[in-house]
Amino acid sequence: MIVEVEVNGKRHRRDLEPRLLLSDFLRQDLQLTGTHVGCEHGVCGACTVLFDGEPARSCLMLAVQADGHKVGTVEGLAVVNALSPLQAAFREAHALQCGFCTPGFLMTLTAFLRDTPNPGPLEIREALSGNLCRCTGYQHIVEAVSRACGHPRP
Amino acid sequence: MPADTRDRNARVPRNEDARLLTGRARFVDDVRLPDMLHVAFLRSDYAHARLRGVDASAARRRPGVAAVYTAADLGDYSKPAPLLVPPPPIPGLVFHACTHLPLATDKVRHVGEPIAMVVAESRYVAEDALADIVVEAEPLEAVGDLEAALAPGAPRVHDHLESNAAAHVVQRKGDYASARTRADLVIARRLLYDRGAAAAIENRAIVAQWDAPAEELTVWDTTQAPIPIRNGLARMLGLLESQVRVVAPFVGGGFGPKIMMFYPEELLLPWAAMRLGRPLKWTEDRQENFHATTQERGQVHDAEMALTRDGRILGVRDRFLFDTGAYDPYGLTIPINTQCTLLGPYDIQHYDSEFTAVFTNRTLVSPVRGAGRQHGVFVSERLLDIAARELGLDRVEIRKRNLLGPDRFPHDHRILFQDSAPLVYDSGDYLPALEQAADMIGYDAFRRDEQPRARAAGRHVGVGIACYVEGTGIGPYEGARVTVEPGGTVRVATGVGTQGQGHYTVFAQIVAGVLDVEVTAVQVVTGDTREFQWGTGTFASRGAVVAGSACHAAALAVRDKALAVASRLLDMPADRLELAAGRVRVRGSSDAGVALGELAAEANPLRGAVRPGTEPGLEATAYFGPDRGSTASGVHAMIVEVDPETAMVDITRYVVVHDCGRMINPTIVEGQIHGGVAHGIGNAFFEQLVYDDQGQLLNASFMDYLLPTATDVPPIETAHRETPSPFNPVGLKGVGEAGCIPTGALFAQAVEDALHGFGVEITEIPLSPSRLFDLLQRGSRP
Repeated sequence: MIVEVEVNGKRHRRDLEPRLLLSDFLRQDLQLTGTHVGCEHGVCGACTVLFDGEPARSCLMLAVQADGHKVGTVEGLAVVNALSPLQAAFREAHALQCGFCTPGFLMTLTAFLRDTPNPGPLEIREALSGNLCRCTGYQHIVEAVSRACGHPRP
Repeated sequence: MPADTRDRNARVPRNEDARLLTGRARFVDDVRLPDMLHVAFLRSDYAHARLRGVDASAARRRPGVAAVYTAADLGDYSKPAPLLVPPPPIPGLVFHACTHLPLATDKVRHVGEPIAMVVAESRYVAEDALADIVVEAEPLEAVGDLEAALAPGAPRVHDHLESNAAAHVVQRKGDYASARTRADLVIARRLLYDRGAAAAIENRAIVAQWDAPAEELTVWDTTQAPIPIRNGLARMLGLLESQVRVVAPFVGGGFGPKIMMFYPEELLLPWAAMRLGRPLKWTEDRQENFHATTQERGQVHDAEMALTRDGRILGVRDRFLFDTGAYDPYGLTIPINTQCTLLGPYDIQHYDSEFTAVFTNRTLVSPVRGAGRQHGVFVSERLLDIAARELGLDRVEIRKRNLLGPDRFPHDHRILFQDSAPLVYDSGDYLPALEQAADMIGYDAFRRDEQPRARAAGRHVGVGIACYVEGTGIGPYEGARVTVEPGGTVRVATGVGTQGQGHYTVFAQIVAGVLDVEVTAVQVVTGDTREFQWGTGTFASRGAVVAGSACHAAALAVRDKALAVASRLLDMPADRLELAAGRVRVRGSSDAGVALGELAAEANPLRGAVRPGTEPGLEATAYFGPDRGSTASGVHAMIVEVDPETAMVDITRYVVVHDCGRMINPTIVEGQIHGGVAHGIGNAFFEQLVYDDQGQLLNASFMDYLLPTATDVPPIETAHRETPSPFNPVGLKGVGEAGCIPTGALFAQAVEDALHGFGVEITEIPLSPSRLFDLLQRGSRP
């Protein structure tokens, strides 16, 4: 099937097998390997991308479903060799260890902070609860989100 | 220890983060090579079955399939995997090594054991072809329950053995039997711990490439031990070690199972890549991870503690069964950790410990974060809690009465640890840590005021406090090479792999401290055998301790070289020179001096002569091999509220006081602890691998196997204490596993305290809301 999709502002037109997962399309066909796959059944959230601006599990979607839509991945977050404020806050707060789940968290949080610019600690934890991290115990991620909103500590 | 190693911007952010945060860090599954083929494995659906035949002819005919291999196609490559860790020389020890084959031949022994390997143009086609393979198998009764496994007439996992006993080990100190006769109280209990998954978010992955003209094999592997993988592959494939390069790039969490070797897939992909002449990739999916990646934690203890009336421990006797799964390539590391860690921070003079490792028709067992240590802590802490209750003593007080004092180090326990060295605690200061934890959690005020008030209001709140020690930083050795580039950048290469521990930063901090350069000016490479080819791996909380000490030694040698070169250049005795801000200058002067990069260029001239007895460049390699590990310790405390209607547990406070010796980067240490505590909370209340009596895992997905989420893990309050280790020059102790070690024991104690009045005694981990509800319904105290 011919698919036209805009990824991180760049348009792509490809002939794709209908069963190809969106996550595989991004990682293999477009070589955007920042989107990670942790469970392939939509629970861990590592593969989260922005689909027309909303967080979505790219392992649970087919690439053909993205026809005519806009997809955002972690590669689109940083601006000209500089970390975004959220990425910088993650670094400052030590909110990542192995970093494998991190792109999914960043995509989830990008949408969350756009819609909820000034969240409290419980709201932050709720927002994070759809993404799994095995390394950090989440505490420093909560702190990073707080910092990204201008609060020094949660 | 030299002050330089700890002051270097202690809480500096990590060097590796920018790559990880922007999606530029390379993980194994990100490796793409021209002409690469993709691999899928046909795995056993049965836990125990005799294989009668495997017909792969239809799969071989499927368009897009390049090859299908069964055991019959492997020829003499089909032999049992090597035994990774031979058991320590404990007198009377019995151990039956039964390691797995690359592909099953006559029998399958756990669900997920690989039977055939398909290589195809895409993973999609490879998985299609799995459905074409016909397996003829005769199911056998599965072995699961550890006691039933040892009963006469039980079905046997390994036909050639007389029973399912994989090992039997006794370690004793003192004379428990006679100590028991002097006891005022003996507490005896059966204590259980069940299996959980390591559940790194990145599954395993392997890419293998054979460059035929160069006769070089390159393997990208999510392993925690790239150098032993390189060495083993070279031996098994008939290559020189120098012909094999193994790269463990960024690895998405290890937690133990990625140290297991050799997994069947690790044996097969390089072998097949050499035959097919094309690169191969296999990435595990999550369901495969639940069946084929090693697990841990199944143990059954029958333990007793003998005490005096005033709560002093006279001795402990423990008999336990350890579930080793279908094969035992990792030896006895876990149960020996359990055996040794049970002694904890306490003065236990008489100890009689015996275990039997048991083969079962379940996934192989190898260390998972904690690696058996939490079981020992669970046993001793639970027995102490029960003893305190029986004796009418406070739980903090009974611990205080039994702690080893600061004058008791080094403390020789007169038994052997997992590294074959005597179990000797290097240093520690336990009482202040216990007092600090009790103080931070507000133990006395909680017991005196808050708890009675809450209870009067019908709320069920409880407090727990538990102590642990952790043997860390064991040998045999690690190495590091430190090089100053002419441009001034310092490069560090070491053999350990890294899975998120911050090695790119903490090793840089150690070297930066010695050379007095910026931490960001130090580039660290780990886990690439082309960069550094000696070492063992990342396990037993040893990366910072052992590889970190090697980095320190190599940096000191480079500093000496820099001073020697500068001495010649400036015609000044070396002892009148100093390193400052990346330059060598006359001590105490405000001269600009000479930059390290310039000295590196000076030490590598194009003409003239490198003097006899010196080496070109500013580079040094050093090794560190401790005789034995260093013993970290700590105390955790928590307050919980339990709703007896729903059996849900709300953790309202969590306090950690820990001592991992000198810290390089306290922020990274805190991160390690937070993650460990979260893992421990998962083990205590959310995570359990549930097998049925046919050996089928009933919850092999993240839908059914629950990892703690951000709303399940409470904020963790951490305090650091530093008792330096005398066993390494920097005074380091490991911290990677610490967070999850006392958590189960602590959880049980706090929940039990909250449910005071319900007659509940918690003797098993993991709990779950439904398990706790059962206990509440029937009351469980004997």
